Amino acid sequence: MNQPDWNRDAVAAAIEGLQDKPGALLPILHAIQDALGHIPPDSVPLIAKALNLSRAEVHGVISFYHYFRETPPGRHTIHLCRAESCQSMNSAGLEAHAKASLGIDFHQTSADGAFSLEPVYCLGNCACSPALAIDGEVYGRVSPERFDEIVGEVRAQA
Amino acid sequence: MSTKIYVPSDSGALSLGAEKVAQAILREAAARNIDIHLVRNGSRGLYWLEPLVEVETANGRVAYGPVRTGDVAGLFDAGFLGGQQHGLWQGRTGEIAYLEKQERLTNARVGITDPLSLDDYLAHEGYKGLKNVLAMAPADIVKEVTDSGLRGRGGAAFPTGIKWNTVLNAPAERKYVVCNADEGDSGTFSDRMIMEGDPFVLIEGMTIAGLAVGATQGYIYLRVEYPHAHKNLNAAIAAAYQAGYLGGNICASGKAFDLEVRLGAGAYVCGEETALLESLEGKRGMVRFKPPLPAIQGLFGQPTVINNVISLASVPIILDRGGAYYRDFGMGRSRGTLPIQLAGNIKRPGLVEKAFGITLRELLYDYGGGSASGRPIRAVQVGGPLGAFVPESQFDTPLDYEAFAANWAVLGHGGVVVFDDTVDMARMARYAMEFCAIESCGKCTPCRIGSTRGVEVMDKIIHDENRAQNIRLLRDLGDTMLAGSLCALGGMTPYPVLSALNHFPEDFGAPKAPETA
Repeated sequence: MNQPDWNRDAVAAAIEGLQDKPGALLPILHAIQDALGHIPPDSVPLIAKALNLSRAEVHGVISFYHYFRETPPGRHTIHLCRAESCQSMNSAGLEAHAKASLGIDFHQTSADGAFSLEPVYCLGNCACSPALAIDGEVYGRVSPERFDEIVGEVRAQA
Repeated sequence: MSTKIYVPSDSGALSLGAEKVAQAILREAAARNIDIHLVRNGSRGLYWLEPLVEVETANGRVAYGPVRTGDVAGLFDAGFLGGQQHGLWQGRTGEIAYLEKQERLTNARVGITDPLSLDDYLAHEGYKGLKNVLAMAPADIVKEVTDSGLRGRGGAAFPTGIKWNTVLNAPAERKYVVCNADEGDSGTFSDRMIMEGDPFVLIEGMTIAGLAVGATQGYIYLRVEYPHAHKNLNAAIAAAYQAGYLGGNICASGKAFDLEVRLGAGAYVCGEETALLESLEGKRGMVRFKPPLPAIQGLFGQPTVINNVISLASVPIILDRGGAYYRDFGMGRSRGTLPIQLAGNIKRPGLVEKAFGITLRELLYDYGGGSASGRPIRAVQVGGPLGAFVPESQFDTPLDYEAFAANWAVLGHGGVVVFDDTVDMARMARYAMEFCAIESCGKCTPCRIGSTRGVEVMDKIIHDENRAQNIRLLRDLGDTMLAGSLCALGGMTPYPVLSALNHFPEDFGAPKAPETA
C-alpha cells in the first residue's frame, strides 16, 4: 500500500519528536494516529528502526490495543458503550438502533464514509447511561431519538 | 460587581449539554447587559441534576438544575442571579440532602473550585500536605500514611503505607511513582471526577509519594477514553511546574519531582498494575508474574509505587490533617472514606463519598432513590465487571472490605451498578465471560481459553442444552479460572458469573434459590 509523502512526513515527525522518551512506542503510535486517523502499515518499519525493535514487535503492540487501528476511519468515529452500567439502561436497544440506522456493524464504516462504529467498554459516564462518544465528545442518556439528533448534528458539521 | 456563575466542565455534565448552557448564559447576560463571571467547575456529582448551574449569592451558592438551554432566559427573568425561586431551584448547594450528609475528604474541592486555578486550589487548603511533608523525613511521611489505614482504592485494598515502605527501603538509583488512572471498571467514574475536577490534588499526592519513597519521576497512566481529564491534567501539571510545585526544586526545597501523563489505548487489562507497567514501557499490556513485586522491580525494573488515583488523591489530606484524622472515619479494617459511584438504572446517580460502614440499602434508596425505571431493584454489581452481583437479601451489608469478602463479593473501586427486575442474569453471566475473552491479555490459559469456553457453556445453558451438566461444567470452569489465572481479570471473572448463578439460579433454568438472609 502506497502512502502519500505527507503521511511519511507526519510519521517521521512523530517518531523524531518522541523517540527519546522512555517507553516511547505508545506515545509515538498515539501521535501518528492523532495526525492521520490511523497507523499506516507502512509506518511500522520506520518506527521499528527508530526504536530498535522488530517490525513484529511494533505490529504486536498495535494489534494488542483496541484503540489503535491500521485502516482509516470514517470522518467521525462513534464509540458506543457496551458495559454493564449502560446495559442496565438498555444500551442493547441503542446498539441495535445505531447499527440499523447507520447500516453497519461494529468495526465498520458507513457507506458514505461519515461514521465508523466501535464498541467501547466504559466511558466513565455511568451516571448518565447509556453513553457514547463521537470524536472524543461524550453524550449521556442517549435514547434512539437522541442518537438520531446527535448524529444529524455531527453530520451537519462535517 | 459581577456575579459568579458556575457551569461544570466535567465530561458527564458536558455529555448532557453543559457547554451549550454555558454559552447560552454568556449570550443572555450580554444581551441583558449584565456583568457575570462564568467559572467552569468540576461536577458536584449530582448527575440527575446536571447540567447543574450555581450562582454565588450573598447567601452562599444556590443551585439550579437540570438546566437546558431553553431554561436560561427564564432563569434570568426569575432573578436567579440573586438566588431567586424558579422551577429548577434546588436551594443552597451545600444543603442538598444528597450532598449535605456526605463526608468529602478526597473530593473536598471537586465541584467547588475552578479545577485549573492553582490560586483556587491554594485558597481551599491545597498544598498544605506538601508543605508539611517538605519538613519531614521520608520514613515519617510513610508512617503517617500507614497510620491513616489507607488501603488501595483501585480494588485490591492493599495497605498503601506498607507498599510505600517497601519502595522506601528498596535501594536504587532511580525509583518511580506511577498513578493507575486506567479507570476501566463499568460503573466507576470517581478517578475521572478527580482528574477533571481537582487535578492538583492528584499532582500533590504523587509529589508527596515521590518525596516519601525517594522517587523523582512520576507517570500518570491515563485511559484514552478520558480526553477531558487528559487536557485538565496537562494544564494543571504545566501550572504546577510554572509555580515551582513540580520540577527540580520543589518549593525551593532542593527536592525534585517530575510528572508526565501517558495515554493507554483501550485495553482493560492495563488497569492491572503489571500490565500497566509493561504498557508504560511501550509493550503489549501483558501481565507479569509476581514476584518480583513492582515495589521491588517495577517500571523499567526499578522500585515503583503504583497506586490508584483515589489512593494518591487521599494522601494530601492525610499529610495535612494527620493519619489519625483520616483513620477516625470508617469501620473495622476499612478506614477513611470511599467515593462510591451510583450508576446504571438508578434515579439519582452520582458520587457519594462516605466513611466505610454505610449499607448498600442506604445508598440505593436514601441516596439513589430506587431505580430509574421505577421497577424493583433486583441486583447490583459492586466493584466493576469483576465484582459479584449482590441480591436484595444482602443489601444491608455495610460497605467494608471484609464484610463484602464474607459474602463472596468485593468493593473494588466503589462502583455500584443497579439493575431492575428486567435483567436476565444468565445474559449478564455470559457477558462477563465475553468481556474477559475480549480483554484477556492472553498470557495465562485459564483466562485466555477459559473465558471463550465460558461463553460457549453459557450459550448452551441459555439455549437449554444439557443444562444440569453444563451448569456443573460452568462451576468447574469457574474454579479453574479462580485458582489458576495469573491476575484478577481471569481470576475474578467467576465472581459475576457464579454470583449470578448462585443468587439467581432461576435465570439459568435451575431451581430458584431458597430465601436466605
